[in-house]
Amino acid sequence: MQLFRAFLLRLATTAVTLIGVAVIVFVVIRVVPGNPIAMMLPPGATEADIARLTAQYGLDKSIPAQFLIWCQGVVQGDFGTSITSNQPVLRLVLGRLPATLELSIMALVIAVVIGGAIALTGTRNRGTKVEAALDVGNGMALSVPDFLWGLVLILIFGVLWPVFHISGRVTPSLELPFTTDFYLFESVLRLRFDLWADIVSHMFMPALALAIPLAAIIGQLLKQSLKETMHLDYVTLARTKGYGENHVITREALPNAILPTLTLVGVQFTFLIGGTVIIERLFSYEGLGNMAIDAVINRDLPLIQGIVILFAAIFTAVNLIVDLSYALLNPRLRHGQ
Amino acid sequence: MNLSRRSLLQLSAATVAAGAFGLPARAQAIDELVIAYNVNLPAWDPTVGPSAVNPTLQGIYQSVFDQYILQQPDLKPAPGLLTEWGWNEDKTQVWMTVREGVTWHDGSPFTAEDVAWSLARVAKPETGSPIQFVWGTLANHRVEGNKVIADVAQFDPTIFKWMYFLTGYVLPKAYYEKVGAEGFEAAPVGTGPYMVEKFERNAFVRLKANANYWGGKPEFDTVTIKFVTDSAARVAEVESGNAHVTLEVPYEEYDRLKASLTGTAAPISDIGMIFLNDIEVMSDPNVRKAAVHAIDKQAIIDRLLGGYGVKIDTLETPQYDAFDASISVPYDEAKAIELLAASGFGPDNPVKFKIQTTKGFKPKDYEMIQAIVGLWRKVGIEAEIEIYEIAKHYELRGADTLAPAAFYNWGNSVGDPTTSTGFAMFGPSPHSVWDGEDLTAMIGPLWGEKDEAKRIEGWKAVDRYIAENALVIPLLQYVQPILSAPGVVVTPHASGALLPHLMKRA
Repeated sequence: MQLFRAFLLRLATTAVTLIGVAVIVFVVIRVVPGNPIAMMLPPGATEADIARLTAQYGLDKSIPAQFLIWCQGVVQGDFGTSITSNQPVLRLVLGRLPATLELSIMALVIAVVIGGAIALTGTRNRGTKVEAALDVGNGMALSVPDFLWGLVLILIFGVLWPVFHISGRVTPSLELPFTTDFYLFESVLRLRFDLWADIVSHMFMPALALAIPLAAIIGQLLKQSLKETMHLDYVTLARTKGYGENHVITREALPNAILPTLTLVGVQFTFLIGGTVIIERLFSYEGLGNMAIDAVINRDLPLIQGIVILFAAIFTAVNLIVDLSYALLNPRLRHGQ
Repeated sequence: MNLSRRSLLQLSAATVAAGAFGLPARAQAIDELVIAYNVNLPAWDPTVGPSAVNPTLQGIYQSVFDQYILQQPDLKPAPGLLTEWGWNEDKTQVWMTVREGVTWHDGSPFTAEDVAWSLARVAKPETGSPIQFVWGTLANHRVEGNKVIADVAQFDPTIFKWMYFLTGYVLPKAYYEKVGAEGFEAAPVGTGPYMVEKFERNAFVRLKANANYWGGKPEFDTVTIKFVTDSAARVAEVESGNAHVTLEVPYEEYDRLKASLTGTAAPISDIGMIFLNDIEVMSDPNVRKAAVHAIDKQAIIDRLLGGYGVKIDTLETPQYDAFDASISVPYDEAKAIELLAASGFGPDNPVKFKIQTTKGFKPKDYEMIQAIVGLWRKVGIEAEIEIYEIAKHYELRGADTLAPAAFYNWGNSVGDPTTSTGFAMFGPSPHSVWDGEDLTAMIGPLWGEKDEAKRIEGWKAVDRYIAENALVIPLLQYVQPILSAPGVVVTPHASGALLPHLMKRA
């Protein structure tokens, strides 16, 4: 019951957060320099042309009036029409969301696998050169931003040893039988592993570039938690019972040590989605981030609003899920202690 | 067989790629031409919305749609969907003869009705054409056999030039009216050399050759245009063989790769220039003239752009109709010092103003301005650089609030003086920040001048006046670097449009 009440409270704060984000974004993108009408004026446009275009895109009204009109539309599921593509914003952002989600999830999986392996290997080899080498590698992974990893990966796996695709999400010549935009998941469900391999070969480099810094963070934190747990009495007891070191680490220490990492992964996942903006651009990956940059360059105000609101919704939803799963996994919180 | 480290790498790469993921690698025989393009295509309708006036998208539009009049690679007009055109004797009407035997991509016949409807559609303000102010100068469009006639509501000597410029495309009347704007966006139909097979926004467009194209079937049956907006990724695409053609790569990369790939670097109708706003110290002719004479344009082109650029002294490039080679403003440091001294300025008492520039929007834009500021400092001009986004430039220019000096690039693929000098320097234009009455009086009568020779001579006189009084600082004509795989021959187009149907097998 306490958990349910906490859930309702979080839902309410989430709604307030989203409204706050909407207000801020709406005002900020109209206040910063860069008028979308000025950008589309051809040579020779007159004052009358400027007034006509301004009115056509509803930008002749005051900012509060524009905001109210936009809110009325949002309540009815209409987030406006993109200035550059003349398409409904909701359709555009929902069409691109699956690509970004799949990329983020793949990056997360890679980060967890690599980070987990680093932590377990480091814990298993405490105080040895292996641990020192892993720490050095971790430091390097953390100190280089994801887009630079992207460039390095392009050079290695795109040019010198071209085993992965450099740009796009899928090979244009392939016929896609998909009914949803979740290409990766649907290819598995349809048992089309030829398409799955093609999609993975497009996603791998951007996902790895996103994953490397996160993997280092996970590896560092989980290793630290494991090392602390390894000194606790119940772990010592397990050792005295004759369990091997691998069993002690994975079965006894890991379940307790993983909780702080889980929280971190949740928080970092939201940053990871934010990181897709640059990475998607670099790899010309057809996700929300790539679309967001074009929207900003073209001052496509309705599209910027839609994308930011969607990003904000994802961030709050992920945080909510993390908090709930933490509460479910932590017995003290689960029983309201 | 000699194996170099590079060829060994390429061989292993191709083997692994083909085996693992079926990558195209560097194909010996190119069945499907892949182009790594530098911008995304937001919308298909080439006549309305912001995309319609984006010069970088015209190459894609011209692959699918035909313009009323064909523009050749040297910017000159040629018969296209219109085979002949002109005004009547007193220039109160225009007439156009429509090509026969052309079909739309859906198989339906192209007719004079399509031309009349297309012109009438964009002339209506409610259609949303950004160029409505031009198309609205024609009215009462009607069809007589295979001719289209329209009344001239307001004489515009450049009306036929707009027919191969921004938004000058013919759309299918019957199809558009049947499917509407949304349906057209989903499945665009034109008469152009290629048909749209598949389009993924922000990703790629796959084109199939139009076997019935009136200009002859294109060489490559299938063309995939991948939108690769990052220049490093575009370089990697051609270097790895994933793409056969790309453009707008850094000049350093172009120089590095043109040995192993085929390189084409030709001047295009895009210039770098510095707007001078007639405010503050720019009201002093000595300051303006000194600012112009102090810039060694050729040295900037040679040292910063690797020689890829053409020095210009007016807003007209050599390909434009009103280009006058006799107008020259030489680099003369001593004269710049002398002019500034006449106004009481010098290296010890520099004249100060702000110069705005983009950074990274055009090749070496910021670095060029840094170099210019350095040259100015030597003669007694202290300019403070302010970096701004291109969106802010448009807004400031529209409001006539640019700094005393502001860097910009101006495209004019139609080559007419109205769309270069005219719009950039005519005070009442929202694109001009020079409000001098003398210049406005000189330009004013040229807008409606019916004698073409007199009109062009008039614009040359305007350009001379501008150069002599230093009302703007033209810098250079840009050169467009294009890289292609050894098996592909690219014909560059001076408009800057990269056109797949002009590409051939070697």
